[in-house]
Amino acid sequence: MRPVAIVSFAQTPFVRRTRLNDAELVMEVVTAALERARLPRHEIGFCCSGSSDFLTGAPFSFVGALDAVGAWPPIQESHVEMDGAWALYEAWVRLQHGDLDTALVYAFGRSSLGDLQDVLVQQLDPYYLAPLGADPIGLAALQARALLDGGEFTERDFAEVAAQNRARAQSNRHAQVRGSRPAGALLDEPYLAAPLRKHDCPPISDGAAAIVLAAGDRARALCERPAWIAGIDHRIEPHALGARDLTRSPSTERAAREANAHERPIDVAELHAPFSPQELILRRALALPGSTAINPSGGALAANPIMVAGLVRLGEAAARVIDGVAARALGHATSGPCLQQNLVCVLEARP
Amino acid sequence: MNRAAVIGVGQTRHAQKRTDVSIPGLLREAALRALEDAELTFRDLDAVVIGKAPDMFEGVMMPELFLAEALGAVGKPMMRVHTAGSVGGSTGLVAAHLVQAGVHRRVLAVAFEKQSESEAMWALSPKLPFQPPLVAGAGGYFAPIIRAYLKRSGAPDEVGMMVAVKDRKNALKNPYAHLQLPDISLDTVRASPMLWDPIRYLETCPSSDGACAVVIGDEAGARRAPRKPAWIWGGAMRSEPTMFAGRNLVDPRAGRDCAKDLYSQAGITDPRREIDVAELYVPFSWFEPMWLENLGFAERDQGWRLTADGVTALDGDLPVNPSGGVLSSNPIGASGLLRFAEAALQVRGLAGEHQVDGARVAMGHAYGGGSQYYAMWIVGSELR
Amino acid sequence: MSDAIKGFTAPVRLAYTVNAGRAASRFLRGLAERRILGQRCPVCKKVNMPPRGACPTCGVPTEEEVQLSEVGTVTTFCIINIQFDAQARELPYACASILLDGADTTLFHLIQEVPVAEIRMGMRVRAVWDDERRPSLDSIRHFRAAGEPDAPYDSYKEHL
Repeated sequence: MRPVAIVSFAQTPFVRRTRLNDAELVMEVVTAALERARLPRHEIGFCCSGSSDFLTGAPFSFVGALDAVGAWPPIQESHVEMDGAWALYEAWVRLQHGDLDTALVYAFGRSSLGDLQDVLVQQLDPYYLAPLGADPIGLAALQARALLDGGEFTERDFAEVAAQNRARAQSNRHAQVRGSRPAGALLDEPYLAAPLRKHDCPPISDGAAAIVLAAGDRARALCERPAWIAGIDHRIEPHALGARDLTRSPSTERAAREANAHERPIDVAELHAPFSPQELILRRALALPGSTAINPSGGALAANPIMVAGLVRLGEAAARVIDGVAARALGHATSGPCLQQNLVCVLEARP
Repeated sequence: MNRAAVIGVGQTRHAQKRTDVSIPGLLREAALRALEDAELTFRDLDAVVIGKAPDMFEGVMMPELFLAEALGAVGKPMMRVHTAGSVGGSTGLVAAHLVQAGVHRRVLAVAFEKQSESEAMWALSPKLPFQPPLVAGAGGYFAPIIRAYLKRSGAPDEVGMMVAVKDRKNALKNPYAHLQLPDISLDTVRASPMLWDPIRYLETCPSSDGACAVVIGDEAGARRAPRKPAWIWGGAMRSEPTMFAGRNLVDPRAGRDCAKDLYSQAGITDPRREIDVAELYVPFSWFEPMWLENLGFAERDQGWRLTADGVTALDGDLPVNPSGGVLSSNPIGASGLLRFAEAALQVRGLAGEHQVDGARVAMGHAYGGGSQYYAMWIVGSELR
Repeated sequence: MSDAIKGFTAPVRLAYTVNAGRAASRFLRGLAERRILGQRCPVCKKVNMPPRGACPTCGVPTEEEVQLSEVGTVTTFCIINIQFDAQARELPYACASILLDGADTTLFHLIQEVPVAEIRMGMRVRAVWDDERRPSLDSIRHFRAAGEPDAPYDSYKEHL
């Protein structure tokens, strides 16, 4: 595989309700990402984005965002109706062909426009699940219950995940929920959907993010310490919840194996776990040693812009390598109910 | 970059409402046919790429999630492409890219639309705030562009109708095509109601339920395939903004640039002579002459002559849409992949009654949005 | 249970609060004041309307506001014969791409008060405002003939 690296990353502050529209959000991050990479817009080889019509409430909603990219003269560009992490995967594949050296990836989402709980019900099987109105918090609660019943984790463990992530978010000026009371205090709160409490759930966030990818020598020219993609893979599990063991994440295990995650120790891992129990499941699936720093950004519990949060995990992991903080980092993204689909990206300081 | 080829093609019987199958059933109908063609099973696939137009057409957000089991994708990578109307084409390209990059060896590309499950007219023109609802349907957007072409080219009124008749007559030879109109003629087209002047009812694509599936394999897989593969000689995509000063909507540069890139990859210098058959995305009759110009098959303002002279007829020198095209079947998300798949069937000699004799090089073309997204490929019966 | 169930209706109702964004909001508020605004790109100098905060070809933010004329040229049009929703417009009716004086991109809007057979490319038209002022494109009820000679083809052929 041709060596490809993340050479820059930009994100908007994540907020409950932005006054900007999609094009304005994308403009902010695309401009910043290109500036950081010192890459002129017209030199971008390939462009790929991630977003969702249902989130915006309009069909073809990704078209408007193209204005922020300046697609003239015409560009090579594609779009996935998925989290931007998968747009990054498509861009990585495209760069393998060898004819292009750089790619711009961006993702945006304004969950504030609709009622996110209602919108995400539409992600479910339209014949069997969606008509039940099974909302994402309810489904995550099912998964949490299964985890508790397994005997390995407790509600306090969930609260610890929440408290620690949000405490770490205090040093992340882009995060939405920064700071937390200690786990013990959190446990005094009532259930939202037992056994989940409000703190176990993600905030509702608007925002955008962008990443610039570059291959080989181009990456070295654009960034002093590129975050080389040492491995990247994604897998999907059955949709039917009854066909899965909700306490495990075999697709994450498999993706990590295919991405060679275990070759050497991981210094930093950014895990896309919108619900606190999910972080426990992912840490176990990835077999991360205690020395790995988890979610220095605060993760999805601190900011959860739908369609963007996965790309942000990849960007945050890459930023730790680019900053020189980590020699090897892992970025994870998820899609679908209860961690149905998972992507793992391993980033290294050396190609 | 590795070589890749189409080793299996499958499609559903396209119809206004496929009430006999669910969405998974619709996809499996196409996927199983493609696998059968390649003599493979779901287990042999490394990855699945799904493409479809806006989720609102079926009312399901991110349908790849609930389709994982039905498409044998469990434990595999699965992606969902959405590039508006060109999505069927982009889906084929994304799947091909995976094989060309050496990431996978056998990838299934499936594109579909089951728009009878929602309301396509609503999904295409929802009532957005801050603006008056002006026009129903995509035709309202494209009719003014066609009018501009008519004025610019001076083409006789009849040409659009000729395309409408040609494509529907071709569809009579395609058992999968939605519209089967044995009585179609210039008279019946002329007599049909004018919807968005100058587009008549019978010059408009239908709204269909349907799916198309293509199995793309690497060189080793293609050489082992039970039937002749369609080698992918080139693939390209281009996008331009929806609206900007000086935009040429009749002859968009993104389409021209895309074709140029494609021909360069495929080693084609004279498309009119070197391409044997073309499956072009023609949802409204006049797009045939317009695309013939945009793609370099004819000079500016001369595209309509190819149609008028019978060059694009099934027995002509450059048959266009022998399958009946989008004018005969239009499951929106699948339409682009159907063009790509039909091009592959032609060079594999498997197009049945609508086979163009001796077709060795074929083009598949898809476009979407406000004539702004383009995805195209060229396939050949031999390795380039 | 002799009949197989072939389908069922699962009604879904999703309510969205649309946020037009900064640039579009200014445009809409301008309409409430009966002003039609565009934005000029600092790089290519073209005036885009309706303004969206970014120049689509240059990919840069656009800030400079330009007030446009209420009068413009029909660059192309179509005559519609199908009813939209419950609009109950008299059929046939016409919509056109209108290049307002001062703008470099066109606005798609309704043409009324003209027999459809008389609508032509190059026709000069003028905005007719609704009595009620509100931040919406339907503050302009429609466009009618401006009573000026047609614009020459060359003046708008690049804007089709």
